[in-house]
Amino acid sequence: MGEQPVSLHAHLVVDRPAFRLDVDLRVASGQVVALLGPNGAGKTTALRALAGLTALSGGHITLDDRPLHPLTAEQRPIGMVFQDYLLFPHLSALENVAFGPRCQGASKQEARRTASALLERVGLAAYASAKPRQLSGGQAQRVALARALAVEPRMLLLDEPLAALDAHTRLEIRSHLRHHLAGFDGATVLVTHDPLDAMVLADHLVVVEDGAVVQEGPPAEVARRPRTDYVARLVGLNLYRGVADGRQVRVGDVPFSVTEQVEGPAFVAFSPAAVALYRSRPDGTPRNVWQARIEGIERHGDNVRVHIDGPIVASADITTAAVADLDLARGQRVWASVKANETHAYPA
Amino acid sequence: MTAAGREDRVAGRLPWVLVVPALLGMVFLVLPLAGLLLRAPWSTLPRRLAEPQVLEALRLSLVTATVATLVCLVLGVPLAWLLARATFPGRRLVRALITVPLVLPPVVGGVALLLVLGRRGLVGQWLDSTFGVTLPFTTAGVVVAEAFVAMPFLVISVEGALRAADLRYEEAAATLGASRWTVFRRVTLPLVAPGIIAGAVLCWARALGEFGATITFAGNFPGRTQTMPLAVYLALETEPEAAIVLSLVLLVVSVVILASLRDRWVNSP
Repeated sequence: MGEQPVSLHAHLVVDRPAFRLDVDLRVASGQVVALLGPNGAGKTTALRALAGLTALSGGHITLDDRPLHPLTAEQRPIGMVFQDYLLFPHLSALENVAFGPRCQGASKQEARRTASALLERVGLAAYASAKPRQLSGGQAQRVALARALAVEPRMLLLDEPLAALDAHTRLEIRSHLRHHLAGFDGATVLVTHDPLDAMVLADHLVVVEDGAVVQEGPPAEVARRPRTDYVARLVGLNLYRGVADGRQVRVGDVPFSVTEQVEGPAFVAFSPAAVALYRSRPDGTPRNVWQARIEGIERHGDNVRVHIDGPIVASADITTAAVADLDLARGQRVWASVKANETHAYPA
Repeated sequence: MTAAGREDRVAGRLPWVLVVPALLGMVFLVLPLAGLLLRAPWSTLPRRLAEPQVLEALRLSLVTATVATLVCLVLGVPLAWLLARATFPGRRLVRALITVPLVLPPVVGGVALLLVLGRRGLVGQWLDSTFGVTLPFTTAGVVVAEAFVAMPFLVISVEGALRAADLRYEEAAATLGASRWTVFRRVTLPLVAPGIIAGAVLCWARALGEFGATITFAGNFPGRTQTMPLAVYLALETEPEAAIVLSLVLLVVSVVILASLRDRWVNSP
């Protein structure tokens, strides 16, 4: 952000009984911002508010220096891809894509030309006359994208664009979508609960929890320095809040030696793979060591994830061989350690 | 699928308290129709069908029922849309009022129409003095009576279809720049088309069979307001055989409608 002019600036406030959405969004031209958050966090509400499908209780939306919030959905220069695409079942793929241009006043032939070109671009020229029910999930997603792009929007809104796809198609469509988003020069806002989709597709993450932004930044930054338990879980890190004093962060009773210089309230984050477990207290190198109790053991990819309790709750990924060597079981007491250079400390 | 499942199930003996009334009910409903078929004058049937009065009544019935259905479509579909999509004060009351003609005795409907649209009626007077139009005892009056009785069938059917339709398609259309009218025309209507067709068929069948409101409001003039049901009733007193023939025709039309509805739009096993 910063190098390009801000194209979308929105302050979205939506009041519901027992729920309030209040988020601030800035998206530059050509930038892809992902709203990431758990179910019920208000991501889709935010997207619908941008589209004009949900009324704002307060705030404003400015797109290309023009106020957008007084406009109805059909007046806004937007394209939206819905979670289950919502292709009109009675129209062919081509007619679906041509629908928007027709509404904007293009002649039938013009609209069909635009639609053909777009279907060609998403690689579905052969399916122009197919009805939506004859398309696979991945094809329907591409038609939905073409339909949204056909209105030449200034802002592209994507609601869980990959959620309805199976794992294999997802991989393919994700890179396909990334390619098309890169070629779009307007502002793009996408909503997802999948951190991988967000990391791959977006330039900037906005994490929403309970209707408010809890963290935002470039994907790498968010992944390295999570600021809430939800984000830490998403990116697979152990996260603690403590008080720093130089190169040490005290989390409860456990002092962590870290490599960064931090003062005051601070976070410490480290990967489960950085945690080593021992039956007896390890000696030698200066390590962050604490005594813990095993709460649970489960398979995690090729490794085993051990949940440990004690002065701090943590996850440790160790090899299956190590589990056998250490003869680990639930309820057992172990020593856990993390090297200072495998932790990240940053101001809270 | 379900039928096979039911057959596989071990069932106890059927309780006669249920079976006997069930069979009686079935006989009660089917026997009159069978009687109609048994007593039909099959040998003279072609000749009777070709009689000018029969053809005239049949033609009038088909024309008025079709025009009444068109009127119901033009007024009833937007009404159903309003009830299903718009929020306005008193919507529940409006829906209740609209369904009154469903349960109202048709004769009462005819009387009510006379009071409003009759030559001295509230609106009829004005129609007469301003446009020189009188509805009672005209073919147009038949259409009005049939539409009055049949429109609730269409409205209820279409409103149900509109409520069941996925609103998000309309939202998707709105994000593509479609005005509410375009959304209605290009998305909503095609999505609820099966409901509209089913409603129109029901509406048409009801209009075709209309008797009470028609005879009260439009009278019984052969060639002008004498529809099939009216002709049946009149013929019964003078020529019972003709009445049977006319009834057979109406029965065939009803069965065809029922069959078409079941096959295409009613998903009952």
